[in-house]
Amino acid sequence: MSEYTFRIWRGDSASGEFVDYQTEVDDGMVVLDVLHRIQAEQAGDMALRWNCKAGKCGSCGMEVNGKPKLACMTRMNTYLEEDVITVQPLKTFPVIKDLVCDVSWNYDQNLKIRPFKPGPADSDGRYRMSQKDVDRVQEFRKCIECYLCQDVCHVLRDHKRTDVFVGPRFMIRAASLDMHPLDVEDRIPDIRDELGSGYCNITRCCTDVCPENISITDNAIIPLKERVADRYYDPIIWLNNKVSGLFQNGSKT
Amino acid sequence: MDNTQILVIAVVVIAVLTIGGGSTLAISLYQANRLIIETVSAPRPDSVQDHGGHVSGLGETTRSDRWWIEPLWTGFGFLCFVAYANWAGFQGEHYWHGSYLSPFYSPVLFVDISRIGAAPLEHAWFGIWPDWIRQIWPPFFPTSPAWLILAVPLSFRLTCYYYRKFYYRSYFLSPPGCAVGAMPSNILAGPTGTKQYKGETALFIFQNMHRYTWYLACAYIVILSWDAFISLWEGGEVFSGRLGVGVGSIVLLINPLLLATYTFGCHSCRHLVGGRKNTFSGNIGVRMRFSLWKRVTWLNQRHMLFAWLSMIWVGFSDFYVRMCSMGIISDINTW
Repeated sequence: MSEYTFRIWRGDSASGEFVDYQTEVDDGMVVLDVLHRIQAEQAGDMALRWNCKAGKCGSCGMEVNGKPKLACMTRMNTYLEEDVITVQPLKTFPVIKDLVCDVSWNYDQNLKIRPFKPGPADSDGRYRMSQKDVDRVQEFRKCIECYLCQDVCHVLRDHKRTDVFVGPRFMIRAASLDMHPLDVEDRIPDIRDELGSGYCNITRCCTDVCPENISITDNAIIPLKERVADRYYDPIIWLNNKVSGLFQNGSKT
Repeated sequence: MDNTQILVIAVVVIAVLTIGGGSTLAISLYQANRLIIETVSAPRPDSVQDHGGHVSGLGETTRSDRWWIEPLWTGFGFLCFVAYANWAGFQGEHYWHGSYLSPFYSPVLFVDISRIGAAPLEHAWFGIWPDWIRQIWPPFFPTSPAWLILAVPLSFRLTCYYYRKFYYRSYFLSPPGCAVGAMPSNILAGPTGTKQYKGETALFIFQNMHRYTWYLACAYIVILSWDAFISLWEGGEVFSGRLGVGVGSIVLLINPLLLATYTFGCHSCRHLVGGRKNTFSGNIGVRMRFSLWKRVTWLNQRHMLFAWLSMIWVGFSDFYVRMCSMGIISDINTW
């Protein structure tokens, strides 16, 4: 058992301050366990959001020593006893109380994405697709919507361009639909204009913080940027599509 | 004093210098590290703390780890390469030795055979420098063939999705590190101006042309592979010279191989070979495309590694040919 110092942001949308707590830490504890101990023993009114304690619900996202993390997946043995551990709410979203943020802006972004639109079914009325066609999409379905990627994205975090960019979370949602083998919706104009793919400058912090290890940048954002380049910035492919379109009805493949 | 004594003294002096210098360097780095952490972690007098205790502004963060090491070293490493490449490009000589051609000068479009260590006339695609180019050539630039071709690989690397990550972080500080305050977007607009962040939708929209630089980079793989093939023939005389191998040949053979791992792991390549498709099942053509896409994906997952290895090896290849051409290194070969 060791004694650690936690410096936790306490406050609401109007004001607040850092408050230091000394607390005992047992072997095997994670940051969320320590916050619960502080809540039980020293700060009964401290607000924090949590649910599964297994890294699957995405509720306990916060910033520990400046890094966006899930508190339930952040082991205490990665910190030294002599270090002060600073815990803050996510920076990108407005604080409700203490470590709890209002993340409702994200739900509005989700509405900007056109829903799944399957093409015609097979002759027996069923839809069929191969596993290898959906492997890519299934990676994106691992997302637990913790919004750590949204928090760390500098376009939202520092530049506050919430008006033009939906953030990495919704770029992977758009990718999961646009790369779906059965989907026929044309999302490319939306991806460029409504979702703001051009605002991402590929600094990959979203990938670095993802607790589900989704390759957000390499497998979702960059492929989407390339699809946008196909449509708007590549005259050779544009010409090829035009010529092909003369001979057949264009369909998403 | 005999040779053994000299050797012992030399070993002792080198050991003392290594241990002493290494310790001094380590202590200096540690102190610099503490200073930087304290500097960047301390809230500045004019900084604003938001609700949540976050401080906004360039470099502001509550991170206590050494986040600055990666952008510092990658930025410094690339600058070293650019400095060397520019220096080597400025020389305009010592880029050919025996049958070895420096990759910085390949392909040789025009040659000035009066320069020391220049390529033979028959290896220049268009012969000697034409007068009309000499007349418009800036007087302060040596007539170096490198200037005519270096823009191609440079443009490929500068629009590369990996390089974008590192130079946006290291040079544009946008952001310098994850969860570290980014360069304010209104910095160019002045203190009273308002200029919003536009990412790659305005000035940097040219990054969308990465695939075209990739097409050109593919041509370079062919050209540099040919150079490696030529390096196996004495005097660069293909089929008429003696076939052999030298250390320089091996260096020049590794060069296009590493460049190929980087070039064919490019995100644009991954997209064009299969990523743009949504279905990978079907006829044999589609299945082959899927197989190719999987292989490119393997390379793509190691894109950063191959980017650095290939870049360092290109510089080393030039260095090796240059040292041989200058007579500083004697090439070991079978000729």
